[in-house]
Amino acid sequence: MKYLHLVWSALFRRKTRTFFTLLSVLAAFLLFGLLNSVRDAFANAGQSVAGASRLITISKVSFMVALPLSLDMQIQAVPGVGAVTYANWFGGIYQDPKNFFANEAVAPNYFDVYSEYKLSPAQLRAFEDTRTGAVVGARLAARFHWKIGQEIPLQATIFPQKGGQNTWTFNLVGIYHIANPRERQREEQMFFHWKYFDEATEFGGGQVGWYIVKIAQPKDADHVAAAIDALSANSDHETKSQSEDAFQASFASQFADIGLIVGSIMGAVFFTLVLLTGNTMAQAVRERIPELAILKTVGFSNRSVLGLVLAESVLLLVLGGAAGLALAEVAVSFIRANLAAIPMLPVGATSWLEGLGLMALIGLLVGALPARRGMSLRIVDALAGR
Amino acid sequence: MSPLVEIRNLSKVYTRGRQKIEVLHHVNLDIAQGDFFALMGPSGSGKTTLLNLIGGLDSPTEGTLSVGGRRIDQLGQSDLARWRAANVGFVFQFYNLLPMLSAARNVELPLLLTKLPAAKRRSHAAVALELVGLADRSAHKPGELSGGQQQRVAIARAIVSDPTLLVCDEPTGDLDRQSAVEVLTLLQRLNREHGKTIVMVTHDPKAAEYASHTLHLDKGTLVESGAQAETAAS
Repeated sequence: MKYLHLVWSALFRRKTRTFFTLLSVLAAFLLFGLLNSVRDAFANAGQSVAGASRLITISKVSFMVALPLSLDMQIQAVPGVGAVTYANWFGGIYQDPKNFFANEAVAPNYFDVYSEYKLSPAQLRAFEDTRTGAVVGARLAARFHWKIGQEIPLQATIFPQKGGQNTWTFNLVGIYHIANPRERQREEQMFFHWKYFDEATEFGGGQVGWYIVKIAQPKDADHVAAAIDALSANSDHETKSQSEDAFQASFASQFADIGLIVGSIMGAVFFTLVLLTGNTMAQAVRERIPELAILKTVGFSNRSVLGLVLAESVLLLVLGGAAGLALAEVAVSFIRANLAAIPMLPVGATSWLEGLGLMALIGLLVGALPARRGMSLRIVDALAGR
Repeated sequence: MSPLVEIRNLSKVYTRGRQKIEVLHHVNLDIAQGDFFALMGPSGSGKTTLLNLIGGLDSPTEGTLSVGGRRIDQLGQSDLARWRAANVGFVFQFYNLLPMLSAARNVELPLLLTKLPAAKRRSHAAVALELVGLADRSAHKPGELSGGQQQRVAIARAIVSDPTLLVCDEPTGDLDRQSAVEVLTLLQRLNREHGKTIVMVTHDPKAAEYASHTLHLDKGTLVESGAQAETAAS
């Protein structure tokens, strides 16, 4: 600790350079905190269904493999099940592929199970009565300026109609709202009748994408999940029942390997950080060669000088990194409170430990060469400016 | 009484590429405890090299060098560093203070290597600054001080750990006449009142007059030495 003022003053010798380097370190560890939080959310999802109020039952093989409609009644009969509904991913495109939004074919009782999707009784009745009727979330309607009664054409990407026609036209009969501001992202979906979809598509035949099971008592979620999966054990359509978070994670992982993406981004970020901070440390030490020579002159050993330079580079990383992780903690709390659609876990002790380990490791790595240079300098040469 | 510095047959050869340059050639010299020694000579004569060897900043190629009865030519890097911290104070032409530290923090630097607690370190640094007449500038950074004041801070740093030996390389080379007189007077006082043994390299005959003995070097060989009849400012 008695050397701290030496390390501190050396670090802030060039304030502007240090400030910008700290900013880079902060940005890197902010990203680390955020991405780690997303990765953890995906990694932890599905490990347990304990306490879940709704389960999603999908094919054990893959989310992309359909399940028979006959399971609907069987699941309904499982003790502890409150209600069952089902849905099928449609994947239609509105006008342009960049206008992506989720669109699904759903069972008639879908809005009973998803009771947080608020639809007026008149609109719900209109949906029930209209074969080609569709319901969209308020945010999606606002995004495309859709009004009730409007026709919405979707281009099929997976499911053409019988006869090969790719355009499916739906009549907008309802716009649902979600009261909880955290859940507003879920207003960016479109639902239409599974029955119409199943009858009209070339690939129909009593298959659904997944079941949504409302649990009567959330404490029974584990038992209910096991009982549902036991229904199809050793059949050609074995199932896996999981929490909604786990379902979201497995859904996203159909499109991309989240761990690989996060790992790749962090790898690139930290590689750049190593180059940047390494350059800063190399410059800082090069400028201070005569000062390091003075330290050695008054009696600092080679090892002390090595330690001082390494401490400086680790301090640089820890100051910026800790600020970045603290900011990530605040940002994750904000995102979790306001944007439920992005799965994230709080920046916890593990992230902090990993982060601190990375800070120390990068600090030692980027400080190693400059520190070795400081350690091995010859006093008389350095004082003579050679 | 044995001399504080005892140099026997000391040579120093530098290798520059394939070329070998003999900077010091079989020098023999004794410096008594409490002496104020001036090393003079033309550029390239080996003054600074001899001073660096005496201060333990460099090692001789040949010969023996004892300070206070200890063979410092036989010490390894770490032992030499410890020996310097305990026994030698250094004053350079360009002060060589750390620019981002205050005067007090610069003076305290050698004490960081001791086991003294922070309060003691600070009080020792304050005493040293008082001694050089800069107690009121302790919080100032080197950039906020004049050349003469910076050199006095450097002297305070050199004496703070109470070393036996002070080695000064052109301590007045970068100062105006008035500041030079102040610094030389201070060194003389440290020698006379505090018993510090001082070895000073200088080009300036007027500066050498403050020393009690002058040694002339030419092409790495001791050519003349003698005691001052009457030192300056006496």
